[in-house]
Amino acid sequence: MIYRESGQYKTSYINDSQIFPIKQDRYAVLAFIAFAFLAVPFIATPYFFSAILIPFLIFSLAALGLNILTGYAGQISLGTAAFMAVGAFAAYNFMLRVPGMPILLAFILGGVCASMVGILFGLPSLRIRGFYLAASTLATQFFVVWCLTKVPWFTNYSSSGVITAQEVKILGFHFNTPEEKYLLVLAIVCVMALLAKNMVRSTVGRSWMAVRDMDVAAEVIGFRIMRTKLTAFAVSSFYCGVAGALFAYCYVGTVEPEAYNLDLSFRILFMVIIGGLGSILGSFLGAGFIVLLPIVLSYIVHVTGLPNSVTSNVELMVFGALIIFFLIVEPHGLARLWQVAKEKLRLWPFPH
Amino acid sequence: MSDRKIGDVILKAENISLSFGGVKALTDISLDVREHEIRAIIGPNGAGKSSMLNVINGVYTPQEGTITYRGEQRKDMNTYAAAASGIARTFQNIALFSGMSVLDNIMTGRNLKIKSSFVEQALWIGRARREEMENRKVVEEIIDFLQLQHVRKTPVARLPYGIKKRVELARALAAEPNMLLLDEPMAGMNVEEKQDMCRFVLDTNDQFGTTIVLIEHDMGVVMDISDRVAVLDYGKKIGDGTPDEVRNNPEVIKAYLGAH
Amino acid sequence: MQFFFEVLIAGLLSGVMYALVALGFVLIFKASGVFNFAQGAMVFFAALTTVGLKEEFGLSLWAAIPITMVVMVLLGIATERIVLRPLVNQHDITLFMATIGLTFFIEGFAQLVWGSTVRKLDLPIQDVPIEFVMERTGMLISQFDVIAAIICAILVAALAILFNKTKVGRALRAVADDHQAALSVGIPLQHVWAIVWAVAGFVALVAGLLWGARNGVQFALIFVALKALPVLILGGFTSVPGAIVGGLIIGASEKLAEVYIGPYVGGGIEGWFPYVLALVFLLIRPEGLFGEKIIRRI
Repeated sequence: MIYRESGQYKTSYINDSQIFPIKQDRYAVLAFIAFAFLAVPFIATPYFFSAILIPFLIFSLAALGLNILTGYAGQISLGTAAFMAVGAFAAYNFMLRVPGMPILLAFILGGVCASMVGILFGLPSLRIRGFYLAASTLATQFFVVWCLTKVPWFTNYSSSGVITAQEVKILGFHFNTPEEKYLLVLAIVCVMALLAKNMVRSTVGRSWMAVRDMDVAAEVIGFRIMRTKLTAFAVSSFYCGVAGALFAYCYVGTVEPEAYNLDLSFRILFMVIIGGLGSILGSFLGAGFIVLLPIVLSYIVHVTGLPNSVTSNVELMVFGALIIFFLIVEPHGLARLWQVAKEKLRLWPFPH
Repeated sequence: MSDRKIGDVILKAENISLSFGGVKALTDISLDVREHEIRAIIGPNGAGKSSMLNVINGVYTPQEGTITYRGEQRKDMNTYAAAASGIARTFQNIALFSGMSVLDNIMTGRNLKIKSSFVEQALWIGRARREEMENRKVVEEIIDFLQLQHVRKTPVARLPYGIKKRVELARALAAEPNMLLLDEPMAGMNVEEKQDMCRFVLDTNDQFGTTIVLIEHDMGVVMDISDRVAVLDYGKKIGDGTPDEVRNNPEVIKAYLGAH
Repeated sequence: MQFFFEVLIAGLLSGVMYALVALGFVLIFKASGVFNFAQGAMVFFAALTTVGLKEEFGLSLWAAIPITMVVMVLLGIATERIVLRPLVNQHDITLFMATIGLTFFIEGFAQLVWGSTVRKLDLPIQDVPIEFVMERTGMLISQFDVIAAIICAILVAALAILFNKTKVGRALRAVADDHQAALSVGIPLQHVWAIVWAVAGFVALVAGLLWGARNGVQFALIFVALKALPVLILGGFTSVPGAIVGGLIIGASEKLAEVYIGPYVGGGIEGWFPYVLALVFLLIRPEGLFGEKIIRRI
């Protein structure tokens, strides 16, 4: 009864292409965002911020980046973590070497650097597809991490290869506590998610999906395959780069190149698959799922009194099984399940 | 039929030869298309009809021959140049973007009219927003024209075959093409669907003056709606002319009836 | 110069081991079009199961190997049935991602059963230089590597016979060519796939034993298996000889690169060199050395 769209008529095309065409959705999302900004800081504990909310938001952003590339443009990537690393280390070096560099600009420039690396390693996608491309992105993964480890300039000649992120300060305001960092990350993620939504509902998004679904037809219609794919690589890597910088500055604080390893790339790929390929919302759902799952599992292991070493192995098994499960049963992931639930709700409680 | 005016030759393919590895798909084919006409290409399976369309809009590059489109001669078309100069097409095996809605599929046909950059689109400001709405308006007109209103927001993967064919035509029309290449637009349709499609093709030609190059198996349809017909067999052109001329061409009769 | 040859030969011989892993990929790819990312995990699982049986249950190596073989065959069949059968006719990327999921599952399962410690696997082959080669030429060539190469050669020959001379092989090739057509002439598709997965499990066992004996049985084996990816790109995804040649090229070039370029850039380039080599190669010849050229039609 409550979730009904009857009586909501669209009188212009601009209204019809709103992000949330149904009024209830719009209000619910606005309320949710308001809650995240205004209420959460008062109720969450520091542990909750730094162990769940901040990583959740950062991984959501990285998953969003990968989703643009894999879910929307159909180009598989196993090198997400490498792009995150580029973003983090570029931002670090901009902060270090340019006096008076504003931190937000450093994040953006970090993203731009990741973009450029993304374009470079995306070039092979013009000639190859599918798992060939997976091999090429693996090259990115190993090469970038190796480069950051072996070239001491990137880590400012730190003997251990570990960098310590500079203080986060915007217009004289210091972001020190987990709570403040959470608000910063939340703001950045909200803005970037909105931009991503805008892209996927306009021509650039349609060009990605066209290339994904049927590249020859896309070419015949006049999309330029090269430009389309490279734009996807650039935008996707930009998102990953910013996420990587936030990972260093707002989550872990000190970081070594090895932190951005293949395992992290896989994890983000899993978020995208479980959350839903080709869905902005799915990126968030997937990230939430993957962040929470180990916590829940270790709790279960703790309660049942099993040895601790079991947790990580069971985690691997559950991840693997879930990936297979979702690919078989619901390739569009949690996002589709959510949508199905909403469809049901439209009719509820009168099923006809 | 209305008194539409058939103009000069706008597309001229000369001495086209195309082969894949050792297999010859097209041998020394010359073909011209006049402005505003409906030009059919017929022939048995494997005669090279689709290959010919693919050469015209640059999907395949022929080993020999040239293509002249609107006075510009090329050794080979490329797909982008073809699209940019107003050639649109549909495919034999439907080539819609299966993950997108009908509306989005048709909107992709407008992509060459979009001037705003992806940054503007991301910010959803000014030009990007305006363009989106202008194009949406054109697309809605096409949706009305092809009677697709009821499936506007449906993902194309869920549509029945006949409607998919129509969506593909809509996507091609969205580009407001000068020339439309239709690869078996009526294949696999029942009589009613064929009639609908015929009407849409004729209306398109009539209302927008679009030049149409059409491949079709149904002889009745071809002879009814085309101005001129070219006949291919084993990659060679064996006949060309008005439907009546072609019908009485002994070579064509031989190829179709299999008489020796 | 002698040093060069020593490095080259060591590289070629380790390339044989890559080829062995790549072989498992090719088998499955040929028959079902699935790029089985889990082949590496299967190698790891096979090695770990053998060692586990030997150490935990006190079995002899010759008892442990056949039991592991049965386990691997069952794993292969189960994978076909549970993971791939429901995904028939899906996009190849979907299948690829499913095998990534399978990788994680097998990794977790292997370590859950056998623990995560590094174990040593002793095969009755000594890893010592062959004496007469050393006496004649002064080069150090490992006996272990040479025997591994011989085992690999026997395996390839056996697979060639299986593929080309037997009824099963004919069915395999038919399935590889065209699933629908094979089905329509009465080839039991799913049997064939089960056989292929079982054979791939067996190949994984051989690779796992050799790699495990060489490097110790540990998680890192999975990364070794990842090197099969560039091997396949060089050799072509559907070619058995391609897997061998690709393996040799990757093995030799990464060792040479490490020794001759490594010192100038700080070493450790073995980790990425094969991928970058494959990448460059892809840009020049996307279908690989022995792969079939793909003509895309619409």
